[in-house]
Amino acid sequence: MRLVTHPGWRKPHPPSGGFVHSPPRLRAVTLKRMKQVRSLGYGLALSALVVVQIPVALVSILGVLVSTVLGMVFLLEPSVRLIRFMAGIDRHLMRRWVGVEIPTPYRPKPPALVRARDGYYHHKGKRYRTATSPHIDRMLAWVITDPATWRELVWIILDPWTRSVLALGPTFVIGWGIWLTLSEGLYWGLALSVAAFFLAPAALKNYGLYALALLGPTANTQLVGQVNRLNQVRADQLDLQAAELRRIERDLHDGAQARMVAVGMTIGAAEQLVDNDPNAAKALLAKARESSATALQELRQLVRGIHPPVLAERGLGDAIRALALDSPLKVKVHADLLERPESPVESAVYFAVSELLTNASRYEASKVTIDISRRGRALRVTVTDDGPGGAKATPGGGLAGIERRLAAFDGVLALSSPPGGGTTATIEVLDALPGDEELEPVNALPKGWRGLVYALCWSLCWLPLFPQGLVATFMLIFQPDERSWFLALYMPPPYQWPTVAFMIALGATMLATGIRLNPTPGKSPGVC
Amino acid sequence: MKVVLAEDLHLLREGLVHLLRAHEFDVVAAVESGPELLTALVTHRPDVAVVDVRLPPTFTDEGLQAALAARKQVPGLPVLVLSQHVQQLYARELLADGTGGIGYLLKDRVFNTEQFIDAVRRVAGGGTAMDPDVIAKLMVSNARNEPIARLTPREREVLELMAEGRSNAAIGQRLFLSESAVGKHTASIFGKLDLAPSDDDNRRVLAVLAYLNGR
Repeated sequence: MRLVTHPGWRKPHPPSGGFVHSPPRLRAVTLKRMKQVRSLGYGLALSALVVVQIPVALVSILGVLVSTVLGMVFLLEPSVRLIRFMAGIDRHLMRRWVGVEIPTPYRPKPPALVRARDGYYHHKGKRYRTATSPHIDRMLAWVITDPATWRELVWIILDPWTRSVLALGPTFVIGWGIWLTLSEGLYWGLALSVAAFFLAPAALKNYGLYALALLGPTANTQLVGQVNRLNQVRADQLDLQAAELRRIERDLHDGAQARMVAVGMTIGAAEQLVDNDPNAAKALLAKARESSATALQELRQLVRGIHPPVLAERGLGDAIRALALDSPLKVKVHADLLERPESPVESAVYFAVSELLTNASRYEASKVTIDISRRGRALRVTVTDDGPGGAKATPGGGLAGIERRLAAFDGVLALSSPPGGGTTATIEVLDALPGDEELEPVNALPKGWRGLVYALCWSLCWLPLFPQGLVATFMLIFQPDERSWFLALYMPPPYQWPTVAFMIALGATMLATGIRLNPTPGKSPGVC
Repeated sequence: MKVVLAEDLHLLREGLVHLLRAHEFDVVAAVESGPELLTALVTHRPDVAVVDVRLPPTFTDEGLQAALAARKQVPGLPVLVLSQHVQQLYARELLADGTGGIGYLLKDRVFNTEQFIDAVRRVAGGGTAMDPDVIAKLMVSNARNEPIARLTPREREVLELMAEGRSNAAIGQRLFLSESAVGKHTASIFGKLDLAPSDDDNRRVLAVLAYLNGR
């Protein structure tokens, strides 16, 4: 199972006090221009895809209609799959070109039906000879109950329009402005072109946020995902705990317990001999002492595996220093930690570092640097070695064990290990340290104007987007006599299409702004 | 010889008091917590203190901290620290001021009465008594270092005993060697490790430990 990452995790923070490369001013300006040009290019490419999108949309909408209206239900799942395929392409492009990460919102696919012992397939209290019909039923239920299906249907209907406006819009306005200037002699057209040029990245970004609103997970699906993940973590932890207890039981049973029995027997024998043969009794007592010392040694070893004493006495920094001193490698430890995290977190991080150190010495590293610090309320430990690199987490291996152990505390292990370039392992545990609660208003409602804009955007975004944008488009195409309340139809002819485009852009921007102002940051992952 | 004892387990405390009294030590105070220990050390100024690392009220390293604090107020106050586990980290902290009179042993060493009493006497006399486990860990973590790798197995044995705080005579007894043979070995070790030779047992130990720790 993939561990959850959080914004800011992927980007390493620049080392404080380090040398930061600053390009000359001129270059910065060209780069900025480049960004606008790039946005225009991506916008053009995205809108070119409409050519593919529209036929696919028509086919899949037809499929959904046929399956629901005519009852050909078996067509629903393939149609939905087609829509999901298109949405998948878009998620990918949004990440690559627009920089908006859109997580996949689908609920997990139901597992395949297994034939029961009586030779039938059981489904909803009925028995089936073959798996086909219950399988279709389950797939349908899976597709229909997933809100993502219906959101994507809305998306594939709306998207060709919004995309044409927001992605193609800036290029169109630039061209229109130039045309106004050259053939109509209106010089403000030039200003329009320049404005559109500079607004191109913002338009593309807004398109990305709009796509996030429809293609991303809702709060509900996010919760479902989280519950699944937590279930998995809990099962893992219980397994881990049970295995640990079994190991301790076995160690005690075969080790210290057996030795104490031997000590008791030896002392008993000495007791019997003490009057008749004092010398033999003495020898037996010496043996008993030796046995008890060995038992102590074993208990000490065991205790160190359960909870290292230095950790209990001194906390994480000194426990890792003690670990470093016992290691045959040259280990430098920088610990910058004033508060102590919770004891289970300390323990998990300690054993993680211990495992990483063992790995480093196994792969012939000679120098290791360990850095322990806090970032906000998160605890971060980096272990860097100069070994051969190429380390990977294999299932069931030591690194996978670390990940499992850390997962219980929302902790993650990130590994950077290019072949031949040493290994850097970063452990980060969120909310491990006590901190200022004010800094993270997770569930706080937006205050002041933020709240107002948020409410306005969400409640009114449909108005320009739908009636004034999409419906007006149809009105313009079919030219009916009735102008009703569609603003675009009241404009003089050269401004009718721009008005429609403006309306759609406005609506999409409002929607995107609403998402961006979302008071719970957790609900809009990937918004950079 | 005046002794202050700190140990929170009643049975073990009584046992130690009994053991020390049987060897003609004068146990002036037997306390069971960190703050009590610090007061006892500063008021009684004993010839040696026998201290458990983990003590109430926090059950962390109260004993060690109290001993270090007392040595700040009474420089060179001999302290023998007992623990269920030994750490190079703690050994370093104890030896940091370089004045000697430090012992750091596993609690099991109490089983061997003679050696334990010998260690208490050595510490009281301003010498050093390091647990073989600490030394073994030091040797392991330095095993790859060039000069240590050049030592012969016999020399390494001598080095380990030397680091524990034993005199040439005691090392000879342990390894069944004559004192002069041990002297030759120590001279060779000091040569290979680039250390100034020394006859004073305590300075010898500190030199070896400083060398190993500094790696």
